Amino acid sequence: MIDPAMPEQPRPHPAAEPVLSVRDLAVSFRTADAWRPVVNDVSFDIGPRETLAIVGESGSGKSVTSLAIMRLLAKGSARIEGEVLLNGRNLLALPEERMRDVRGNEIAMIFQEPMTSLNPTFTIGRQIAETLLRHRRMSAAQAKAESIELLEKVRIPNARGRIKDYPHQFSGGMRQRVMIAMALASKPQLLIADEPTTALDVTIQGQILDLIKTLQEEEGMSVLFITHDMGVVAEIAERTLVMYRGDVVESGPTEEIFHRGRRPYTRALIEAVPRLGSMSGHDWPLRFPIVDIETGRVRAPTEVAGTLDAAGTPILSVRNLVTRFDIRSGFFQRKTEAVHAVENVSFDLAQGETLALVGESGCGKSTTGRSIMRLVEPLSGEVQLDGYDVLKLGPGDLRRMRRSVQMIFQDPFASLNPRMSVGQAISEPFLAHHLGTRSQARERTAELLERVGLSAEMMRRYPHEFSGGQRQRISIARALALEPKVIVADESVSALDVSIKAQVCNLLLDLQESLGISFLFISHDMAVVERVSHRVAVMYLGEIVEIGPRAAVFGNPQHAYTKKLIAAVPVPDPARRGIKRNLAVDELKNPIRPRGYQPPQRHYREVSPGHFVQE
Amino acid sequence: MTILAHAAIAPAPEETPGRRAWRKFKANRAALAGLCIIVFFALLALAAPLLPILDPNATSWSVIRQPPSAAHWLGTDEIGRDLLSRLIWGSQASLAAGIVSVAIAVVIGVPIGLVSGYFGGWIDMLISRVTEAFLAMPFLITAIALAAFLGPSLSNAMIAIGLSAMPIFVRLTRGQVLAVKTEDYVEGARSIGLGNLMILKRYIAPNVFPPILVQATLTVATAIIAEASLSFLGLGQQPPDPSWGSMLNVAKNFMSQAPWMAIWPGAAIFLVVIGFNLVGDGLGDALDPREP
Repeated sequence: MIDPAMPEQPRPHPAAEPVLSVRDLAVSFRTADAWRPVVNDVSFDIGPRETLAIVGESGSGKSVTSLAIMRLLAKGSARIEGEVLLNGRNLLALPEERMRDVRGNEIAMIFQEPMTSLNPTFTIGRQIAETLLRHRRMSAAQAKAESIELLEKVRIPNARGRIKDYPHQFSGGMRQRVMIAMALASKPQLLIADEPTTALDVTIQGQILDLIKTLQEEEGMSVLFITHDMGVVAEIAERTLVMYRGDVVESGPTEEIFHRGRRPYTRALIEAVPRLGSMSGHDWPLRFPIVDIETGRVRAPTEVAGTLDAAGTPILSVRNLVTRFDIRSGFFQRKTEAVHAVENVSFDLAQGETLALVGESGCGKSTTGRSIMRLVEPLSGEVQLDGYDVLKLGPGDLRRMRRSVQMIFQDPFASLNPRMSVGQAISEPFLAHHLGTRSQARERTAELLERVGLSAEMMRRYPHEFSGGQRQRISIARALALEPKVIVADESVSALDVSIKAQVCNLLLDLQESLGISFLFISHDMAVVERVSHRVAVMYLGEIVEIGPRAAVFGNPQHAYTKKLIAAVPVPDPARRGIKRNLAVDELKNPIRPRGYQPPQRHYREVSPGHFVQE
Repeated sequence: MTILAHAAIAPAPEETPGRRAWRKFKANRAALAGLCIIVFFALLALAAPLLPILDPNATSWSVIRQPPSAAHWLGTDEIGRDLLSRLIWGSQASLAAGIVSVAIAVVIGVPIGLVSGYFGGWIDMLISRVTEAFLAMPFLITAIALAAFLGPSLSNAMIAIGLSAMPIFVRLTRGQVLAVKTEDYVEGARSIGLGNLMILKRYIAPNVFPPILVQATLTVATAIIAEASLSFLGLGQQPPDPSWGSMLNVAKNFMSQAPWMAIWPGAAIFLVVIGFNLVGDGLGDALDPREP
């Protein structure tokens, strides 16, 4: 039998000369009084047509390693030691002018943020041609023809027509394709991809991963792929290098790392990756297993049962919620169009329940959460929350209502006022609602900090002194200060490293168990959603297209979009590498409608008890 | 104001944010030097009546445009007045013009900018258009027109300069507010049920403060010079009372014959401006909890 997992991909020949060979690479950064090592003794080879993944969490030194290879670190503030051999030539010993011929020519690079890595003032055709003119000495006409060919190669529809477009006319995924086209322009031997899919939606991420795989086959490049996502690693890399705080923890063929990884840290990283489908057989949300990084002992995850009060009145009930944002244009700023951000959304949230709102960027899931809290004003509909008729409240009642519902934001670095100490931040809601005296507020703050796994002494410190995970815990403590019934968690774990993500999810589950809080869990991460939620609502272009119990939606998805979302999630199983998804290359549609547009009447079909799908 | 807002809610013991800021400020040598300069000139201005110096307005035809000497340490001007005593007495008018007019600009401009940026809508539209209209007029022309309208005196000159400098602060504050307003923590403040006033006071104002502080220290210099121009036109400090600006204005006619007439007031303005800049920088760092 032919194993579908092993396609006719040219395997790197073991004896083949490596394209890139890194020996004892060490990088240190200058601090006020000393050189602080950030990468220690990293060695690896990348063979022809091979993909090596460097995986690690923030601060592991993975990006610094790639920047050191390209010699893109500022000379005065970074010191690089060791050898970086590209086809046997030591890049670290090259003079700067010669290095410029290597960059973007022999080694090309793509970055995480496609929104900022293209120059907004030039057409993409010109930006691609720049590489061609610089490195391949083509004439302008040749460069143009080649640019079109490159855009076709990265599967941009209507390449000939789009070459005159500016970056802002492309979506994030399409921009990343343009970046890849630019990287390919010089026919590099090595492509360094630094988190190229992290900022993209999951279906787009799937497309880009497919594209990189295809191009690698077509062009015969080697790829150095830098990521924090073990799921992506499993999909793309033949060999994997795990880094932790500047050191290589483990390296080897990806299969071996996944199945026989020996180091506790590697295990911890793999265990923390949520696997879609791992929840079959579980009735309730399941905590993540926590692996001790020192000993490698796994603490078995436990289910969170018995929080749900499905029979009682729902704590939150949303009916026909509509939120639109006007787009004004023309000299008189007339309303010409409207973004139909939330369109006719209805759902209930029971006491102690977690309802996940999933969908891709622009689908209206965040706006739904913010409309419920009236952080944006909905156009129509009805929201009943803990006895409040939210959309009819005056300013004073609205503020009182805020005691019942709180929010945790995505970016832990932006969600705390940098000029307020942690103690002030957490005690502020308590004091603002006149719930007690200052000393009571202080006691409560101490108690909340302990509750979220921090210590009361941290009260005097400022947000910048904490890591991302700790800050998210602080935000959670602040949200808990008013003892809310409902917490809207808007992508609250999305920006966190995998292991931290697992811990914060566990914390949320603990809180649900001990306090009976209901969560509206807004996320694009299907695998996390499967783990933590009781029910799931899938949103697309402002509407809920499918809603139902978690097991039903994941086990028996009905709507085409739900299926597409589930199919796009990277599977952390290296045996499935090489299988392409063949996702259609399309742009996410936008919900902008002309003024006066009447949305069609939608009907829902009940698939099984509580599981509805839009017809 | 922001320091107070912080201090008021900080749990008591250990180091209050105010003390913390002072500790950091003290550790910053450049800022301390700036503070010393300002204190020195301020003391000089206050002590002018007590110092054993000549009458700043006493003319003497026998010592016209004398270079520095034992009798006149800094020399004399074109009608034989002692430059040292004019410099010391002039510091009163100049420091007052610099500080008071900037204070007027900040106290009026910053709140308007906060309101404009935070609330947006038609009120922002109105404030922005008016501000732009003012910015379109040259700063000095506005100041001269206002001073002429208010009548010639030092205090009117200060008001005129302050009002003319105000649009810059409105604009700057508004821009900063627009940036800070989109931060998650501001939405977070709304979501815990804080009112607009509290959000402005505790979330917006402290975070828009640093660039305003820097702008304010720079504007002190502009204001001192503007006062000079007004006194030249007879709209500021009334002759024969001295101010650094008016001394400089007269001195420019004698640059080749008597350069010292220009050097001393020029150096004084330079030092005061440097002093304010250093203090402003130091304050910005000291008040930012992110700086160690």
